[in-house]
Amino acid sequence: SPLGARLLEVLSRDSLTEDDWDELEEDLLLADIGAGPTTELLDSLRTRVRVLGVREPSAVRELLREELVALVGADMDRSLHLDPVLVEDGPRVPAVLLVVGVNGTGKTTTVGKLARVLVAEGKSVVLGAADTFRAAAADQLTTWGARVGVETVRSDKAGADPASVAFDAVARGRDDKADVVLVDTAGRLQNKAGLMDELGKIVRVTSKVAAPSEVLLVLDATTGQNGLTQARVFAEVAGVTGIALTKLDGTAKGGIVVQVQRELGVPVKLVGLGEGPDDLAPFDAADFVDGILG
Amino acid sequence: MFNSLSDRLTQTFKNLRSRGRLSEADIDSTVREIRRALLDADVAVPVVREFTGAVRERALSEEVSGALNPAQQVVKIVNDELVAILGGQTRPLNLAKTPPTVIMLAGLQGAGKTTLAGKLALALKEQGHTPLLVAADLQRPNAVSQLSVVAERAGVPVFAPHPGNTSAADDPAADAPLIGDPVGVARDGVAEARTKLHDVVIVDTAGRLGIDEVLMKQASDIRDAIMPDEVLFVIDAMIGQDAVNTARAFADGVDFTGVVLSKLDGDARGGAALSVAKVTGRPIMFASTGEKLTDFEVFHPDRMASRILDMGDVLTLIEQA
Ligand SMILES: Nc1nc2c(ncn2[C@@H]2O[C@H](COP(=O)(O)OP(=O)(O)OP(=O)(O)O)[C@@H](O)[C@H]2O)c(=O)[nH]1
Ligand SMILES: Nc1nc2c(ncn2[C@@H]2O[C@H](COP(=O)(O)OP(=O)(O)OP(=O)(O)O)[C@@H](O)[C@H]2O)c(=O)[nH]1
Ligand SMILES: [Mg+2]
Ligand SMILES: [Mg+2]
Repeated sequence: SPLGARLLEVLSRDSLTEDDWDELEEDLLLADIGAGPTTELLDSLRTRVRVLGVREPSAVRELLREELVALVGADMDRSLHLDPVLVEDGPRVPAVLLVVGVNGTGKTTTVGKLARVLVAEGKSVVLGAADTFRAAAADQLTTWGARVGVETVRSDKAGADPASVAFDAVARGRDDKADVVLVDTAGRLQNKAGLMDELGKIVRVTSKVAAPSEVLLVLDATTGQNGLTQARVFAEVAGVTGIALTKLDGTAKGGIVVQVQRELGVPVKLVGLGEGPDDLAPFDAADFVDGILG
Repeated sequence: MFNSLSDRLTQTFKNLRSRGRLSEADIDSTVREIRRALLDADVAVPVVREFTGAVRERALSEEVSGALNPAQQVVKIVNDELVAILGGQTRPLNLAKTPPTVIMLAGLQGAGKTTLAGKLALALKEQGHTPLLVAADLQRPNAVSQLSVVAERAGVPVFAPHPGNTSAADDPAADAPLIGDPVGVARDGVAEARTKLHDVVIVDTAGRLGIDEVLMKQASDIRDAIMPDEVLFVIDAMIGQDAVNTARAFADGVDFTGVVLSKLDGDARGGAALSVAKVTGRPIMFASTGEKLTDFEVFHPDRMASRILDMGDVLTLIEQA
């Protein structure tokens, strides 16, 4: 009843000061959660705090932590699907994983780290250097491949068609009966229509041998609100299946993935924690939230 | 739905036009809109707080209540404050009285340093200089070959005595994370420029995190060894709230003299420009606007101001108010 509701409100007005609330708001904003989602989170938290009659700032913080963990840790499949594919009446084809994203986020490095993990699991791996644009990109990938003893399929000439290099890599993987082909692509800003079309073509051409089992969007943890736009466009063009959140070893919190996961339903699967070959880990919601709330 | 700040402010001001005078409540709601727009543009929280405080104070002052059109005056205040922080006027590169001019590049991983090295070299070459590029990033796989390719594209020589991290053997171990002697390479590069009579030396360095003490010490050792005329801090226009921590760490670590904002060809608002300029007081000198070596320009504070606030053409907005 309206009277009951009003009574409840008066009886259980929250006792936190505006400074307490400002502090919580600041923590969320500083983590790049974004102004809109921060307001939403805190509004609903204020209601809960009133209803539950919580009075201690530390208890409110604990409630927020729980809500955030529930939000980012929502029941999602975070495993990588990299089992070889059996085409009906056809050959066994390797699982294909493609990395995509804007410039400099850590795509090539993530492929290198992933190759290390897969080889350690006893899988046979082929790398595809479908970044034919950036200076020495194929060399960089080849160096990573050499470290774990896997072959890198590349083109001799800079500026070659990236889709055909990707195709060659996947075809090589099939012929060699490899388990997984990891394809590195050039960084591209999502507002460049021509480059995004090129990415669509890479996906289509690769699919002639084997449709990608995983398309990982590599997001840099330092990225601000533009990360959501990146995710929207890459998801549309390349059918993103998971996020790799890199550079979490720095001071940036990577809060933009909260919006990305919620809006696009694409789970964060991996986090990058450094430049070394072992600096890759599965995403852990509680750790991530602790990073945000300190 | 009013998406951009210009839309929202235009709407707010429409209601005011008839009354002609801004109440304190009007100003508060306008300041709230501005706050929201700045946060959406990734301007750092402490910078937003200070900025909106200053705008509110000026908006409440005589200057506005006495103005012919107060709403118009508020927009002008916002714009002026932004442009003032962003630098008003930009400054050109400091050239050494006795060549060579030494320029060092520094920044986070993947910010755009190596690409910028090529862009700077090309621009300087076209102005009649004879730059030499120095490959002092021995850390990231094949950074040296990347810089060599970039140098070739720019048509300038590169000093690269050490191949850097290029093979399985260079896998940096946890107990010995650093590869080669980048400080020595940088020092020798400057000496090489002096003997070969290059009038500019551009030193590319490895990307590093603000909190990585070992790598930050290395960067400051490079700085001490080459006594650069300019240390340019390269920062990605897409960066969010971390811009402040990072800019402070690099200001402490390498005491940079100027800022380059990269990847401005994207659609990020680039609030980092405001954050970095505000917390370090160092000028933003250049904008990097693409992957090609010619995608490079002098930084324009006024354009950046309207980009950050999504105000479109500020003058039009003022006319409409
Ligand atoms: N600290 C840290 N650095 C990283 C991480 N992942 C990648 N890097 C560094 O970030 C820089 C860019 O990494 P790349 O793998 O070349 O990025 P990319 O997305 O392939 O770049 P483009 O191909 O140019 O678009 C390199 O210096 C990497 O060493 C990480 O998790 N932590
Ligand atoms: N679209 C766009 N891409 C850029 C710009 N500047 C650099 N890049 C790209 O960003 C990526 C990283 O650039 P690099 O120059 O290698 O960056 P870096 O700071 O040297 O990276 P590390 O040495 O790994 O720390 C590459 O893909 C570049 O082509 C720019 O202004 N616009
Ligand atoms: Mg790459
Ligand atoms: Mg570099």
